Amino acid sequence: MSENTDNAVLRVEHLQMQFATRAGIVKAVNDVSFSVRRGEILGIVGESGSGKSMTAYSIMRLIDPPGQIAGGRVLLHGQNLIELPEEQMRRVRGNRIAMIFQDPMMTLNPVLRIATQMIEAVQAHQKVGKAQARDMARDALARVGMPAPEEKLAAYPHQFSGGMRQRVAIAIALLNQPDLIICDEPTTALDVTIQGQILHEMQTLCRESGTALIWITHDLAVVAGLADRLCVMYGGRIVESGAVREVLRQPRHPYTAGLIASSPSRNQPGRPLHQIAGSMPSLLDLPSGCPFRTRCPHATEVCAAMPEADTQGEHMWRCFHPMHQPAESEHG
Amino acid sequence: MDKDAPLLELREVSKQFARPADFAARLAGWFGHRNRNDAQNATLAVDCVSLDIRAGEVVGLVGESGSGKSTLGRIAAGLHAPSSGTRWWQGRQVEHLHAAQRRQAQLRIQMIFQDATAALNPRMRVADIVGEAPLVHGLVSKAQRADYVADLLQRVGLDASHAQRYPHQFSGGQRARIGIARALAVRPELLICDEAVAALDVSVQAQVLNLFMRLREELRLTYLFISHDLSVVRHIADRVLVMYRGRIVESAPTAELFAHAHHPYTQALLQAAPTLDARRVDFAALKEETPSAPAPSACGFRGRCPHAMPQCAQQPPLKEISPGHFSACHLDRSR
Repeated sequence: MSENTDNAVLRVEHLQMQFATRAGIVKAVNDVSFSVRRGEILGIVGESGSGKSMTAYSIMRLIDPPGQIAGGRVLLHGQNLIELPEEQMRRVRGNRIAMIFQDPMMTLNPVLRIATQMIEAVQAHQKVGKAQARDMARDALARVGMPAPEEKLAAYPHQFSGGMRQRVAIAIALLNQPDLIICDEPTTALDVTIQGQILHEMQTLCRESGTALIWITHDLAVVAGLADRLCVMYGGRIVESGAVREVLRQPRHPYTAGLIASSPSRNQPGRPLHQIAGSMPSLLDLPSGCPFRTRCPHATEVCAAMPEADTQGEHMWRCFHPMHQPAESEHG
Repeated sequence: MDKDAPLLELREVSKQFARPADFAARLAGWFGHRNRNDAQNATLAVDCVSLDIRAGEVVGLVGESGSGKSTLGRIAAGLHAPSSGTRWWQGRQVEHLHAAQRRQAQLRIQMIFQDATAALNPRMRVADIVGEAPLVHGLVSKAQRADYVADLLQRVGLDASHAQRYPHQFSGGQRARIGIARALAVRPELLICDEAVAALDVSVQAQVLNLFMRLREELRLTYLFISHDLSVVRHIADRVLVMYRGRIVESAPTAELFAHAHHPYTQALLQAAPTLDARRVDFAALKEETPSAPAPSACGFRGRCPHAMPQCAQQPPLKEISPGHFSACHLDRSR
């Protein structure tokens, strides 16, 4: 856990986030640890209810009761954000860590011009004049590939298409040159060609500015081409992580292997798809031990205990019966 | 009934949506003022599209949001009346059928929607959701209904003992199955699936796609499968239609389309789609979408096309470039 300590922009250690409900405590994020380095893109992949979004919200401390962060540390350049007073945390959000949501209208105010919103975002964190803030806003729009940025500043969000709105949201995230951008399914609602453009721009921006990126998605195919490293979440835990290439080529956790195998592109057209039995259990009645064991084809009685993390270089997995065979696709 | 005729045929259908006149415009209308902005207020969602679906076929329909694929699906299902053009069921024009015959034809086409939660009445039990239509249409008697529903639920992989539950007591994947059971209840021949698996998680999506393929075998169903996800369409469809801005720009058997895409839009679509095998690729940027609608007589893709040329001011016709492979692009001539 100590590799490249100096390079890590963000280090999450044993993060726990839970909801107190009438039916009991729901551990939405359970003992999650990972780190992101400068200029690196980390993909977090999981199905709905796996805890991937709650991990992001916990890092930003955007958790409202009955949710609460129950333990662990979130270190931004070594500073623990969990212990920060709310006043100082506000100076981190949107400044040193920015977040991009699936729906850009969550970021944008529908009744304010783009310029107003962007200038406000600059002046909240930097002591600059209005004219200078406006210039910065225009430059940010130009950086995300917005044509005629000066005109766009005067527009309202409803005048943009979905892809353009998401670009504005990305431009706002870039305004204060954050160390880290967290993207929660930012391209899920967009068309394939628009998604391609945005992925292209994010990749270029990261490479040029050294901004670290956490990319949360349910779509393995998106991170396959985008990310450097990958965390696979299931039932609130990271069940496997490692370099994208390695995890996809040689998944060790049966869940990761099942996800890859059930993708239509890994199956012969027209033939039955490989499928993972059952569905994601409710976090309220997760089985004891390995959360995947009720759906796992390899589960035995030892799986009633939580497996420790096994590692091989950077590749980590939590499974008593890891897969050794690389998951070959049926057709080349 | 003509045996060689396609199951469903759409001939040159168009659908135009007009924004209803607001109060000021109506007021102006009363005073004899003609609204000059009619053209601006109307959206041509589907522009002169012909389509035939043969019995037993799975036809995939892909396109981005706003391309008119859902509208075309709804026209095919009879939920929208086309602004112009005709709809044929087993060789007979639906509009010319008697009311009773038309109802029978209509029953043979059922639709499955993307959001199963929204498509199911939250206050009805599953037994009623699935069992209501066959009872109304006289397919089963009241006494047989419970068995009929139980049989359907088992067919789609649900526990028949859950028939008395409400939709909210099921998971997303199970609700999708309820929607399928409801569609199957009236013994359809053609299922129109509008993004039926888009909202499902990867592992559940595989289960539902397998169900669709199993039902196809068991019940000899025909599908019009609308999706934005190329990998899903590639997996399930025999033939794929690509729509862009209300027009079909390319259509071909699935393997042919994915191997030899002709239309520049299809090529861009295939290139932009992320795949599991692409590692650390540089995502290519396609030209900006143009927000304003292009001239109706021009090729819709002209503004974004890397090969655009003066000729593209004329809409290219959909032509057969190799057997079964149709494309609408001026480049096809020179190839």
